[in-house]
Amino acid sequence: MIRLQTEILDVGALTAGFCADRSETGAVATFIGLARAEGGATRVLELEAYSGFTERQIALMVEEAIARFGLHDVAVVHRVGAVAPGEAVVFVATAAPHRREALQACDQLMDYLKSRAPFWKKEHGPDGARWIEPTGKDLADAERWDG
Amino acid sequence: MRVLLFGRLADVAGWRERVLDVPPVALSALRAELAREDSALGEALAGPGVQAAVDQVLVRGEAILDGASEVAFLPPMSGG
Repeated sequence: MIRLQTEILDVGALTAGFCADRSETGAVATFIGLARAEGGATRVLELEAYSGFTERQIALMVEEAIARFGLHDVAVVHRVGAVAPGEAVVFVATAAPHRREALQACDQLMDYLKSRAPFWKKEHGPDGARWIEPTGKDLADAERWDG
Repeated sequence: MRVLLFGRLADVAGWRERVLDVPPVALSALRAELAREDSALGEALAGPGVQAAVDQVLVRGEAILDGASEVAFLPPMSGG
């Protein structure tokens, strides 16, 4: 499941839904990314996506992770629009026969989402707004999984 | 042909979507046309990490726009 939504993420319901009705999955790994307040510097995080294109680019990342780690299933649910500090920005879940594959796949998907998924983030704070671009570390994190 | 700008590119240009009645023949011609109208946008489009997608497919370098209905310019991406 790949979904973009403006509504708040119900991470409990998403986790329960993802774990339901599985008989051969031994491990589910989840990652929940929260918007940070940055000590008051961020009042709202604004997330923009390219409808259709963004979902397809994420689908390519998901297909690669499924093939590489032998996953049973993947869920990526990402907020778009205005996100307040403390709210979940992204929910990633991976299902695999065993835990190592589930955990690594979750890690890889997050690394890719941070610098390769078509989202643009703007931080609105008391001193105005600024666009957030991937850091050198974000790019290096994603490159760990290449090749 | 629709031209879409995302992220800071839209802020620089002051628009996020426009329709060109006479589409340029190639991506480089579209970039040149946009830069001629708005030098700040031209500079931003030439900035590091800005990618282009033609009909929602990422392209590297030059692309022919014959028959294309949508071109998007994408600044460095950051999700999660």
